[in-house]
Amino acid sequence: MQFFFEVLIGGLLSGVLYSLVALGFVLIYKASGVFNFAQGAMVFFAALTFVGFQEVLPGWLGLETGSAVVFWLAFVLALASMVVLGLLTERVVLRPLVNQPHITLFMATIGLTFLVEGIAQGIWGANVRGLELGIVDEPIEWLMDRSGILVSKFDLFAAAAAGVLVTSLALFFQYTRIGRALRAVADDHQAALSIGIPLQHIWGIVWGVAGFVALVAGMIWGARNGVQFALTFTALKALPVLILGGFTSVPGAIVGGLIIGASEKLAEVYIGPMVGGGIESWFPYMLALAFLLVRPEGLFGERHIDRV
Amino acid sequence: MLYREAGQFKTSYSADQQIFPILQDRYGYWVILAIFGVLVPMLASEYWLKAILIPVLIFSLAAIGLNILTGYAGQLSLGSAAFMAVGAFGAYNFMLRIDGLPFLVALILGGLAAAAVGVLFGLPSLRIKGFYLAVATLAAQFFIVWVLVKFPWFSNNASSGVITAQDVVILGYHFDGPQAKYVLTLGVVAALALAAKNLVRTATGRAWMAVRDMDVAAEVIGIRPMRAKLVAFAVSSFYCGVAGALYAYTYLGTVEPEGFNLDLSFKILFMIIIGGVGSIMGSFLGAAFIVLLPILLDNVVPAIFGNALGAGFASNLQLIVFGGLIIFFLIVEPHGLARLWQIGKEKLRLWPFPH
Repeated sequence: MQFFFEVLIGGLLSGVLYSLVALGFVLIYKASGVFNFAQGAMVFFAALTFVGFQEVLPGWLGLETGSAVVFWLAFVLALASMVVLGLLTERVVLRPLVNQPHITLFMATIGLTFLVEGIAQGIWGANVRGLELGIVDEPIEWLMDRSGILVSKFDLFAAAAAGVLVTSLALFFQYTRIGRALRAVADDHQAALSIGIPLQHIWGIVWGVAGFVALVAGMIWGARNGVQFALTFTALKALPVLILGGFTSVPGAIVGGLIIGASEKLAEVYIGPMVGGGIESWFPYMLALAFLLVRPEGLFGERHIDRV
Repeated sequence: MLYREAGQFKTSYSADQQIFPILQDRYGYWVILAIFGVLVPMLASEYWLKAILIPVLIFSLAAIGLNILTGYAGQLSLGSAAFMAVGAFGAYNFMLRIDGLPFLVALILGGLAAAAVGVLFGLPSLRIKGFYLAVATLAAQFFIVWVLVKFPWFSNNASSGVITAQDVVILGYHFDGPQAKYVLTLGVVAALALAAKNLVRTATGRAWMAVRDMDVAAEVIGIRPMRAKLVAFAVSSFYCGVAGALYAYTYLGTVEPEGFNLDLSFKILFMIIIGGVGSIMGSFLGAAFIVLLPILLDNVVPAIFGNALGAGFASNLQLIVFGGLIIFFLIVEPHGLARLWQIGKEKLRLWPFPH
């Protein structure tokens, strides 16, 4: 039983990481109806840019490697790059494709994925790098003493970061003027446009926010597994998360991520040995597939998938 | 002046309904087939046959498969490589386990195996569409590769699922040189491409297009979307399966399941986007483009920039160029190279007179 809980908690915490990636998808989908396949590539780009700036800044400015100034400067510069990337995407890729079928936009973001990956590696190189956030990856002692369950401090930190991010996004959406405009656009483009909400500004903002979410996700992912190309594959796991949670729901992204994370780890540990292991690679997709047959709109999604 | 249908009067329904109604197209088809079937294998070097022409033909076939599903029936799939894997491993197992099975029969059986698997993974398309379906086909992509790696039966207990294709023998003739393999590939691809060209203008093909354009309207006029979609999945997977079997038997000779990864699926998707969604000709143009572009980049970039940029740069440049081209084509020419081909033909009909 103790082992079960350990696997469950480990799964839930890795699910938090999926949630963070899925969050970026949901934000853009809600506001512009674009299914941004490139979100995973953006996470990779963000992490690589952050690490890259951390490496080159000390040399440029004569600062001490690993100091707080370098950290925050790199953070700000990476954030700026993400916002620029988001705005450019909106301007160059999506604006010419306005009113095209969804599937065209989807294919365009697949192209964007390759473009972003190529540019990221072209600028910063393809080496695997470590990313240091200053949080040690070791079990929490008092919890281990009390119940014997191993929970890493780092995972807990990641969960807390995700929590803060989601809460602040929820507050931003709920209580600010821009947030209200965002929700209006998400609800109905035409109506929002007719009451004077500048659609293109809003899309710019959404892509900026998605860039920010990608940066946070990229930093946490990178600190956990190193910044490497494999990140983009893991980010694909955010897709079943979305199907489970519904494409338009922020809470859905979180809950879906937790379910996927926990179930894939449990399946790997308990079902895996029976069939030869390695089922983590496809289990989330099959789960999502089974789920689609039962409830195509996801747990929290809106019921508007047209049936044929 | 040379390419126009003036004076070609149709006097029977069958003449009116043939695949290439214009005489020049009909001759053009045979001329092209003769050039690629007779002249090219005599003149082309071994490198060209092995590394360029055979893969272009095989990928064209896979692209036709995906085009049937995505371009004609409107169902986006990201799992084409997995269906290719089913075809390759299917044909291998049929050859292995049935003594004296003719190669072409194994090829067809491999394709049918892929079709069966395709129908299975096409079932969700009855309830979902668009990118929901894309994610569902991702499940096929990862699951099939995993099954082929994990169950050694499929690869006859080879380590990590690597299979070595048996010798290709048809009617006692051994197809072992690159020329022979090329001609065999060309024959299969030409026959299947012609069949596809014909298929998309039959009732089935028109039903696919109706479902693609508006499924509700299609249902109202009496098309069964369920049947149309499942048939599209079956036919598409059959084409991908045969392409996969050729990939193993006439191109690489030795394949492993991991070779049929998501990257290959994306590559095939790119072929139809660049070549032209909903066009058989476009599948060939797109496949040629995607196979030739990396080779071109590999040769041209060092010539311009020298070797200072390093080896990693070339692969990154390839990613950037592919990604950029996809976006460019979707924005500027959504019908791809096939549309340019068509424009060329229309211009040619008027040439040299402007009206």
